[in-house]
Amino acid sequence: MNAQAARPRLEIATTSAANATHISLRGISQTYLTHTGYRAIHALGPIDFDFRPGEFVSIVGPSGCGKTTLLEIIAGLVTPTAGIVSVDGQEITGTVADGIGVVFQEDASFPWLNVWDNVAFGLRRAGLEAAETTQRVDDAVAFMGLSTFLSAYPSQLSGGMRQRVCIARTLVLRPQIILLDEPFGALDQQTRLLMGEELLRLWRATGATVMLITHALDEAALLSDRVAVMSSRPGRLIDVVATGWPRDRDSKLVAKPEFGAFTARLWATLRDESRKAMGIS
Amino acid sequence: MSRVRLWQISIIAGSVIALELLCRLAIIDRLTMLPPSQMVAALFDVAIGSSWFWPDVRYTLFNIVAAVAISVIGGFLIGVIVHAFPRLRRLTDPIFTSYYSVPTFILYPLLIVFFGIGPLSLIVMGALFGIVAMIVATIGAIDRIPRVLLKVARVSKLDPVRTALLLKLPATAPHLMTGLRLAVTYSIIGIIAGEFILATAGIGRRVALSYNDFDNRTMYALLILILAFAAGVNALLSTLEQGLHRRWYRS
Repeated sequence: MNAQAARPRLEIATTSAANATHISLRGISQTYLTHTGYRAIHALGPIDFDFRPGEFVSIVGPSGCGKTTLLEIIAGLVTPTAGIVSVDGQEITGTVADGIGVVFQEDASFPWLNVWDNVAFGLRRAGLEAAETTQRVDDAVAFMGLSTFLSAYPSQLSGGMRQRVCIARTLVLRPQIILLDEPFGALDQQTRLLMGEELLRLWRATGATVMLITHALDEAALLSDRVAVMSSRPGRLIDVVATGWPRDRDSKLVAKPEFGAFTARLWATLRDESRKAMGIS
Repeated sequence: MSRVRLWQISIIAGSVIALELLCRLAIIDRLTMLPPSQMVAALFDVAIGSSWFWPDVRYTLFNIVAAVAISVIGGFLIGVIVHAFPRLRRLTDPIFTSYYSVPTFILYPLLIVFFGIGPLSLIVMGALFGIVAMIVATIGAIDRIPRVLLKVARVSKLDPVRTALLLKLPATAPHLMTGLRLAVTYSIIGIIAGEFILATAGIGRRVALSYNDFDNRTMYALLILILAFAAGVNALLSTLEQGLHRRWYRS
């Protein structure tokens, strides 16, 4: 099977609405070959989706539906079997776009560097003046509440704090696109809510376009402008719901009846898919 | 100091004292063994009084350093290359895993035929003995680089050289250190044993000479020197290695 030959060449929409699209996904599809190479597994897609500039979008879906694969395709770490990823109208499929920041699910802190040096890692090669670097690292570290741990090494920190180091390392580069793969997965519920609020604060301050993958429906409902629900494998978008919250929202939203109704709607959509993914019909 | 460490030191100190007493009370014959205190005294005597001591120490040390350099640098490079080609790895894997079951010293006469009786044969012997430990450690170390770090490298748009120097090398440091410690230990064994079998100079050769001459004082003096040197180097490298492992993996 020749995947490249089968890849459809889609035209990118260049109407006036294109200006209102930051990241565009067209016909994104991913197929894996099994280890023996005889059987193809259709893992993802086709997916069409547009991220508006400065929008906060969460992706929820049953486990194994290809959420992480979708993130890695947008990040340019994985080339999709079919489809086109464009940023600001430029096709970038299979390459890492400029100004993109990714926070991975796994601990990606560097154990040989202390907190400050971890956060400064990317900036050191950005050709900034030393004073500017220091200022930005200090800001990012303070933002993530790590100021008292500047000279600590990751092995001396909890899992949640190490994840904060990774978030700070991404933020310090001021990316225009931030992709987050279950960044709060290792945190307890209270910390999750607070970290979510920090993320909102950051998003408002930078105006970046954010894609958050999460398995926590309340987190998706609280943080997002829109929530995209994925089906079980092969992962497709089965529902995209706008939350309608104001831009300067915080976790107090959780107490409102609309919030409960919204979360319930997400769960209603997701329940059947999760059962399918678990093999319960 | 931990209880275990205290016990370890007590056992070693106890054994030395017991040996001292057994020798002093003539339960162990003086012709068989000297009391440890006299071994140390004898070592001072040969270090100050003999003309051959320092040249031989220099000769052996030079050979060890050369063999270690070849094993560590060569082993690292071969490990990187073997890891990069999975077929080569499958091909060489049985050789590396069974390598230390072969008595490598049977090759020493062959080395003398090729390189003559001199430092080169010894250095090759030491390097042959140490290099595979470094190769195996390097391959294992690269296997253990977390995949997420390589993703970070790609998102950060690091070129292959920077990825290797800024991420891969530090990420593999603790396991490379294990390889380094083993390569150093094996190279020391290779050099000393090679000198003992056949050489024109060196501390190993001097042990063999004094053994043949029934010169117990010199022989035991040199034995204790070699023991202390090997144990000291190993202790130093172990401490470094454990420090790296703690920093990288303790959570």
